[in-house]
Amino acid sequence: MTLMAQAQHFAGPPHWTWYIVPYFFLAGLSGGCYALATLLRLRGERWDEPAARLGYYAAFATFVPCPVLLTLDLTQPLRFWHMLWNTTPGAQGFNFRYWSPMSVGSWALVAFGLFVTVTFVEVLVRDQVVRRPLALRAVRPLDGTLGKLWILVGALLATFIAGYTGVLLAVSNQPVWSDTWTLGGLFLASALSGSAALLLLLTRYRAEARPSAGAFDIAERLFTLLELVLLVLFALTLASAGTFDEAFGFPWVLLWLLALGGLVPGLRGLFTARLAVTPEGAVVAQSARAVVAMPALVLVGVLALRAAVILSAQF
Amino acid sequence: MAEITPGKAYGFFTDTSVCIGCKACEVACKEWNQLEGNQPTFLDGYDNTGSLDGQNWRYVQLIDNVPDETMGVGQGKAWLMMSDVCKHCQHASCMDVCPTGAIIRTEFDTVYIQPDVCNGCRNCISACPYNVIGVDENRNVAQKCTLCYDRLQGGMEPACAKACPTQSIQFGELSELRARADKRLGDLHAQGVGEARLYGHDQEVYGGLNAFFLLMDEPRAYRLPDAADAVLPRRNNPGSWLTGAATAVLGLLAGLIALRRRGQPPRETPAGADAGEEAGEA
Repeated sequence: MTLMAQAQHFAGPPHWTWYIVPYFFLAGLSGGCYALATLLRLRGERWDEPAARLGYYAAFATFVPCPVLLTLDLTQPLRFWHMLWNTTPGAQGFNFRYWSPMSVGSWALVAFGLFVTVTFVEVLVRDQVVRRPLALRAVRPLDGTLGKLWILVGALLATFIAGYTGVLLAVSNQPVWSDTWTLGGLFLASALSGSAALLLLLTRYRAEARPSAGAFDIAERLFTLLELVLLVLFALTLASAGTFDEAFGFPWVLLWLLALGGLVPGLRGLFTARLAVTPEGAVVAQSARAVVAMPALVLVGVLALRAAVILSAQF
Repeated sequence: MAEITPGKAYGFFTDTSVCIGCKACEVACKEWNQLEGNQPTFLDGYDNTGSLDGQNWRYVQLIDNVPDETMGVGQGKAWLMMSDVCKHCQHASCMDVCPTGAIIRTEFDTVYIQPDVCNGCRNCISACPYNVIGVDENRNVAQKCTLCYDRLQGGMEPACAKACPTQSIQFGELSELRARADKRLGDLHAQGVGEARLYGHDQEVYGGLNAFFLLMDEPRAYRLPDAADAVLPRRNNPGSWLTGAATAVLGLLAGLIALRRRGQPPRETPAGADAGEEAGEA
């Protein structure tokens, strides 16, 4: 499908594959979970705190593999620190290139790593999983305004981590990736819907977080709507550049079907249920199968979306 | 060969009208730079190199351009041959995205990947519009033509230009090469070869290419983007970041909508409620 003159692409593929696809997936979930947890803690009710803590646990768990995957993807893994420090003779110093999303993303990942780790320790202490006096003293400064400021800055970094991967792809000369301005937003929206689905799934295994399940359910529907809009814009921009077929042709169409399948639970919810959890109403208790299957479908869709975008441009 | 002086701009003028496809440049490049090369493969036509990459820093494109119908004598276009190489762009896409600072501009105004600084992220490969850069599997870093940086430092011209038997590859100071190219183009046009054209000699493409070409067909026939498509990766920064930021704002609004109202913990209703009840209650 071509709406305008086809963009000329002669760039070769960077072969970002089996480490990068899961990295994009996990970084999106980590950023999304942290951002949602912060929203719950700062704007939610008192009884949303267990769900917020669940979000911080999930953010940390999904974050841990990220630096490992990125490092393994380098052809010189032991030089991972060259992302931050320029070793050019005569020009040694910090590397920060604001025009290169990979450079900015490297710093953001380090900073977010600090925030997600400290917050993880904080919730461990608050949940009394860690009871050491040293740990208690260490998290005490996070009790008041400083704590709110800390998670707010962390949430900004988290949002960045969830979406910058799309911008990183766009700032290239690859077909598909460089033909659209939507990837940053698309990956962010997809990360948010995936994170809401993951947290909805996890509330099943943490009873005290269940009162917040309705909020995750509604958030997931709205994020899905946002993702759908961006997905349409993504397809339109590719069609105008003449690379629609490259992105959506066989075999990638199979991945796109999975990605679209991931939108179904959220879109179905938009049409079949109210967009509020009212005091009079409630979250409808669903069968165990539905509770697990629907979020799982969304998460598979989030992964498939990234795989389709990343792989279709390179093969 | 005039003296090579640091501080002056050097490059290649590759005149494809006299290239005979002998691949002496490929061999000389591999010899001097100790590149093992890839396993030869049988590709289209006489090509067994395939593309520029970490092992092939010069690549003679042999483009089958034989017309379907019989042509007159002396067309000279049945095969397009071009010794391709890194263009050493003035506005280099690879430098634009490199996060480590491994890619630098040398004292000879060429673009050079420092092998001991590169960590192999391959962002430069995704950015190079000419498919020039590849991973050298022996050193595990991104590599490409250095314009024989070490030979220039020793006052010697690059190996490929030295080996070229037809002077299709000419090395020299950039201003001198451009003057030579203009004269050659004028001669060809005077001889009636109207399809001859220069690519990269002026600022239209990436601010000018230090390795520029005289072509016998449109740039795209040689897998070279024309001026309209010769764009830097950073062009996508503003639009992509703005879309991300707008999505973040809308995401925040969506989150706030999801959290609105709830004075007390919502209770669960029994499973199996019909769609009508669900719509009303949830």
